Amino acid sequence: MFIYYIRLALLSYRRNPVLSSLMVLAVAIGIGAYMVIFTLNYFMGGDPIPHKSKQLFHVQLDYGDPAFADFDPPPQLTYIDATALLDLTSAYPRTASSKFVGVVEPQNREIRPFSVNGRGNFSDFFTMFDIPFQYGSGWDRSADENRQQVIVLSSELNNQLFGGANSVGETVHLHGFNFTVVGVMDSWSPVPKFYDVNNGPFDPIEEAYIPWHLIISLRMDRSGNTNCWAAPEGDGFQAFLNAECAWIQFWVELRDNAAHEDYLTLINNYAAEQKSFGRLQQPVDKRLFDVNEWLIEQEVVPDETRILSALAAMLLAVCLLNTVGLLLSKFLGKAPEIGVRQALGAHKGSLFIQHVIEAGVIGAVGGVLGLGVAALGLEGIKVLLGDLMVSDWMHLNVTVVVITIALAIVCTVIAGLYPIWRACTINPAIHLKMQ
Amino acid sequence: MEFGPILRALSRNKLGVILIALQIAFTMTVIVNAVFIINQRGELMQRPSGLDEASLFHLRSIGFGQNFNEETSVADDLSRLRQTPGIVDATVINALPVSDSGSSSGFTLDPGNLESVVPSAIYYADHRSLNTMGLELIAGVDFEVSDVLVRESSSNTNADSVIITQALAEQLFPDGWQSAVGQSIYTPSQQAIRIIGIVRRLQAPWPQWSDIENSAIFPEIVIDGSSLYLIRTEPGEQDRLMPAVEEMLAASNPQRILRQMRTMAETREESYRIDSVMTRILTVVIATLVFITAMGIVGLAVFSINRRRKQIGTRRALGATRGAILRYFLLENVMISSMGVVFGAVLTIGFNMFLVQTFNMPRIDWYYTPAGMLALILVGLLAVIGPSRAAARITPALATRSV
Repeated sequence: MFIYYIRLALLSYRRNPVLSSLMVLAVAIGIGAYMVIFTLNYFMGGDPIPHKSKQLFHVQLDYGDPAFADFDPPPQLTYIDATALLDLTSAYPRTASSKFVGVVEPQNREIRPFSVNGRGNFSDFFTMFDIPFQYGSGWDRSADENRQQVIVLSSELNNQLFGGANSVGETVHLHGFNFTVVGVMDSWSPVPKFYDVNNGPFDPIEEAYIPWHLIISLRMDRSGNTNCWAAPEGDGFQAFLNAECAWIQFWVELRDNAAHEDYLTLINNYAAEQKSFGRLQQPVDKRLFDVNEWLIEQEVVPDETRILSALAAMLLAVCLLNTVGLLLSKFLGKAPEIGVRQALGAHKGSLFIQHVIEAGVIGAVGGVLGLGVAALGLEGIKVLLGDLMVSDWMHLNVTVVVITIALAIVCTVIAGLYPIWRACTINPAIHLKMQ
Repeated sequence: MEFGPILRALSRNKLGVILIALQIAFTMTVIVNAVFIINQRGELMQRPSGLDEASLFHLRSIGFGQNFNEETSVADDLSRLRQTPGIVDATVINALPVSDSGSSSGFTLDPGNLESVVPSAIYYADHRSLNTMGLELIAGVDFEVSDVLVRESSSNTNADSVIITQALAEQLFPDGWQSAVGQSIYTPSQQAIRIIGIVRRLQAPWPQWSDIENSAIFPEIVIDGSSLYLIRTEPGEQDRLMPAVEEMLAASNPQRILRQMRTMAETREESYRIDSVMTRILTVVIATLVFITAMGIVGLAVFSINRRRKQIGTRRALGATRGAILRYFLLENVMISSMGVVFGAVLTIGFNMFLVQTFNMPRIDWYYTPAGMLALILVGLLAVIGPSRAAARITPALATRSV
């Protein structure tokens, strides 16, 4: 019966091709446009590390000066607090991290020196964020403390310097110093780049990773966002380190509630102690944010995408209203045929099912076409954005494809409910008379 | 006019009316708000930076190796650049307007009173910066070479003179910005700085910043590992000079890399790319919606005319002219559209209020809504002209046929 109804639906499509194609087009455009924005939101607002996002926490302290009105507390930490938190406990995996830029002078003289984006971080960084390695691994905790000049390369940088070969044990000359390669990362590009949303949440990952203490001891050129709410007292680098300047991201991994409680108590006590010393005067609501809370708090999804979501929803609404109207025309236009079928004994229930299937077929065809519209739309946005952000993730995946087709069918059937009901309650006598 | 008959006819097909009216209402909401966003972004992009952008380009030099001396390298590079024929002037600067990355601080007349600090973008550049950028000095004097302070980035002591924008002067001296020249203002670390000049306009680096017109230039060269050169060329010389300059600097000192050589126009395009992407997406959305809605109106009009063929024939047989039939359907459409745009006006304003509250967007100008209403009625009329003319061509003879 199902197959028969689908055949009837296709037959009916062919009988009224203009009207039917208009409907399919409306569904395709509405669903396609909506899915473009849905895909953007799905990834930009998605969970970049789903299996661990509830266990990784960003630390926020009570920064700012009550004298400044409307001062959003800087999301990063000062040097004083970052080092204090590192000393607070080493029971839980944790990492401070900050960006730098540096010049790499390749040993191969044929490659001209070039500059790289780098990051100083702790050994736990690699395990906390589940970073995949192609060769070797991160460094040991002892390398952090001993300020060993070790380096982890992104796979791109390894390709550039060593042609993609296993370079563990090789030397990289960076910022005038020699670093020993301990690991090469496999391709990894979290979207959003949750571990550092303050320096471009959709930027590519850094190319070189070194122990965080070296940023200070080797005086690397820091490149990330720096936010001060009090002028450093005195001149020089040490004065900067001691100042109320936030430039360090701090993450800690707390695997269960007990750990969370314990750590929260520790940093609450620390904040209270600092407050009694005259620091941290601007209270915050919350000091530990898990990954998803942090992405929401930092408003990682751009306003543009959110505005477009609302507009796309309305566009979809217009397309569906359109479909309701067109289905109404189509089904009522079939009144004589329905009358005949009813007169020949068709049950209202079976007429209902027949027309639900007819609407569903239109929805399915619209959905498939909508996939094309969505793919085209995403490709267009990618081209328009150019190198503004990492956009490899902007494509349709299985989830999006399934949702698109399902949404198209469900929407069309819902849009068709009233027209179907009208079609099924036609008085057959009138139409038979007219035949 | 046949308002009465049309209304009675419409009341027998309420759902069809509601469907079209709702479509028009939603379409109007999206279109009016989208056009408003497009215009607003356009205005943001139109704001002048104060620079002579058409003849400016920039590049960054990053030194490496133990023998690299940034201070002598900067002096050497700048003198080479300034001697190059075709180059009007060059400066070394920490950040660029429109580039979206830079440094900010603030000034006050009341040292130590943080609440009174007026925020400002801070540029550090040498004494040739005004001429290079092409800024208009409207009061006071330009920097002298003796004003320039060379300092490490970790040093917090600024030069003791500054040139500020008129907008910043107006905020610091509400009684008259002209009086600012010669006055001392204070940094948040309470260093006294004398205002020696005022420029008409110099934008801060961040296009989205609310205090974008507040900028100050310190005569300083900051030694921090990399030097950004801004270069002003004679008109039409840019394309020729850019590769030549890169080659010249690379040859003069191999202990460095040169990066990010771009024209100001390219920098501007990149900083405002999100806005232009948004504009283009919204344009496509508007075009699509108009098309879909128009098609919907055509579809339903054809349907409703087909259902009434016999009635139309009867009216014609009773003496109605073709014009009367055409008028009937156009009028019917205007009546439906009017209901749609009235509801649309409510939705439009409601949606704008949502945007204002959620995204801090400005409120829509009053004339957008009536303009949108008019536009949608027009779209409806254009869509329905075809089907109405077809209806007008129905022959009176149809009335006598049974089907």
